[in-house]
Amino acid sequence: MEQLTQSGPEAAGAAAAEAPATPETIRLQPTRGFSRVLSPRELWRYRDLALQIAARDVTVRYRQTALGALWVVLQPVGFMVVFSVIFGNLAGLSSEGLPYPLFSLAALVPWTFFANALLLGSDSLVANAALVSKIYFPRIFLPAGVVAAGLVDIGVSLVILFVIVLAWGVVPSAAVLTLPLLIAIAVAAALGVSAALSAINVRYRDVRYVVPFAIQMWLFATPVAYSSTLLDEPWRTLSAINPMVGVVEGFRWATLDTATAPLALIAISAASAVILLLAGLAYFDRVERGFADLV
Amino acid sequence: MSDVVITTHELGKRYTLGLHGHGYDTLREAMVQAARGALRRVGRRPSRPSRNTLWALHDLSLTVRTGEVVGLIGHNGAGKTTLLKILSRITEPTSGYADVTGRVGSLLEVGTGFHPELTGRENIFLNGAILGMRRAEIRRRFDEIVAFAEMERFLDTPVKRYSSGEAVRLAFAVAAHLEPEILLVDEVLAVGDAAFQRKSLGKMGEVAKEGRTVIFVSHNLAIIQALCHRGVLLERGEAVADAPVMETIDRYLRTLERAASNDLLERTDRDSRGYEESLVRRLEIRDASGGTPDVVVGGRPVTIVVHVTEVVPMMECRLTICNNLGQPIMTLDSEVSAPTDIRDGELGPCIECDIASLPLLPGRYRIDVLLKANRRVQDGLQAAAFFDVEPGVMADRPMPASGSDGDVVLPHNWRLPG
Repeated sequence: MEQLTQSGPEAAGAAAAEAPATPETIRLQPTRGFSRVLSPRELWRYRDLALQIAARDVTVRYRQTALGALWVVLQPVGFMVVFSVIFGNLAGLSSEGLPYPLFSLAALVPWTFFANALLLGSDSLVANAALVSKIYFPRIFLPAGVVAAGLVDIGVSLVILFVIVLAWGVVPSAAVLTLPLLIAIAVAAALGVSAALSAINVRYRDVRYVVPFAIQMWLFATPVAYSSTLLDEPWRTLSAINPMVGVVEGFRWATLDTATAPLALIAISAASAVILLLAGLAYFDRVERGFADLV
Repeated sequence: MSDVVITTHELGKRYTLGLHGHGYDTLREAMVQAARGALRRVGRRPSRPSRNTLWALHDLSLTVRTGEVVGLIGHNGAGKTTLLKILSRITEPTSGYADVTGRVGSLLEVGTGFHPELTGRENIFLNGAILGMRRAEIRRRFDEIVAFAEMERFLDTPVKRYSSGEAVRLAFAVAAHLEPEILLVDEVLAVGDAAFQRKSLGKMGEVAKEGRTVIFVSHNLAIIQALCHRGVLLERGEAVADAPVMETIDRYLRTLERAASNDLLERTDRDSRGYEESLVRRLEIRDASGGTPDVVVGGRPVTIVVHVTEVVPMMECRLTICNNLGQPIMTLDSEVSAPTDIRDGELGPCIECDIASLPLLPGRYRIDVLLKANRRVQDGLQAAAFFDVEPGVMADRPMPASGSDGDVVLPHNWRLPG
């Protein structure tokens, strides 16, 4: 199996495959404008590291906490219970004729993914300061790894969502097939925002105290506990500039078989998520080169 | 075989000093500053706080060819680590450029990126990827890495249960099996126990012999001398010497002595970490008569006096004596206190260390000093003083006249058959 006595060109096989006959020369100089993050070549070269970092984040999360996977499920389900009691029963908020627990859980699943990605992602560069100041790699892998690890979480909580939905006797329609698209919108928004936040966090260390508060505000600005139908048009459609509006309403439609498809909301949120992603990456790229000096 | 692999052209790196602490590094302060700035602009009083800047590297031009093993030598803050950081792409230069041909592996710190919750096996893959190895490559060399680290039994144990020595061994093993065309190494060989150090050194020697290019930073001149052919001396970010390694080391030792004979307060290569309540002003070596001779005699009492600028509560001092190759021989640390240690309110701004019988063989030695107060490092200086030792008598036994068999002599007695 192992070829221990390899030498020369063969041993460097993997590297040689990428850089044939003559190894390329890289010029290191002060960069202006955009440089590394958006260079697909650079990201491809380090693809193994991207996987390793994401795998690390997943492994550590599921191993470190005593409750393991249960923790991931507990968060949205716990909120569902609290929301059902406070908003569903006491406040009597409308839930579009759906059972309030299902109504809120379908929204809490993508929201929890988004909120966790922001919370952990914004801290990812500072938390890996030792790495950033000692080794070169595309720094975007750190916030991206957090978001990717979150995908495992949302996978687990989706399973729970479906179990509860089916147990309630609700059967999702074919709209369930849009879930990957909706998750993609959430990923784009989460990556864009957490990349920007992680970069700001390197420069200004008090950002980490602001982030949890901002996430709370964002939660109330998103129709998680309430229905977006509470808003009158055109405000309802405009509110989809918040990418999580389209995602959350889309999730309800996809998993609970609600009557009307919120297609306009989803389209606007998708566009907004792409803009957030590009803006976040662009900002990250501009400040990335200084990270090692600041961290 | 003599292709150029690294060229730097007028490479420079500027750091802004005091960004942390003096500048604003919280968003809150930044916003307050911005608001003030706006007000000031209205009031037409343009005053931009001028920040101190420091050129850690300045106009450095250097060419390295395939197979060269270059040792970077210099004081703290001379720019050695900055150069490695630029070449390994961790940080960008401020001016000039560097052309690097081939895959670069950098060992700026052993075990960077080890995660305590992951097992040894998982960490090998993670760390390998961080160092730039492809997954297939790590898999191919996995057994070799494990064997080198002598860690077969603990592969599936989380690294947090390893002793620090074991973790370091595993980390170095991964790093040592990296196969870059250019290897940048910063002071990482001083890890693990003596046997593992020897093994690591052997591995580094091998790498060098295989014709790969190595740039090596260490304060240990003996290791530099053993591994490198060429030595580059950096001083304040500039290359002041670039020659065969022995020549550069000699040159460095001379600059060290020059620095020691001057007023220590003028030195900028100090490790004060931001607290500068008290600084080392001067080091003095006194003999039994209280004089300050140029040469002290082995076996005789000496007193090392550290003059400081300020008396601060809870002062502690650590003196490290190194031989002429920069290898530490002994450390005298006041923090490790003995019942006979004294705190003297009348002493004045200095710290004294009495050595009843100087246990050093003839040769040239230097003293590194680290000053602490209030539980914080106040000042640190390498090569704060130099002194020569002449052969003397230790426990009624004459010392060898030269230090070729070590640096230290102990009082001892023999029992021999009649």
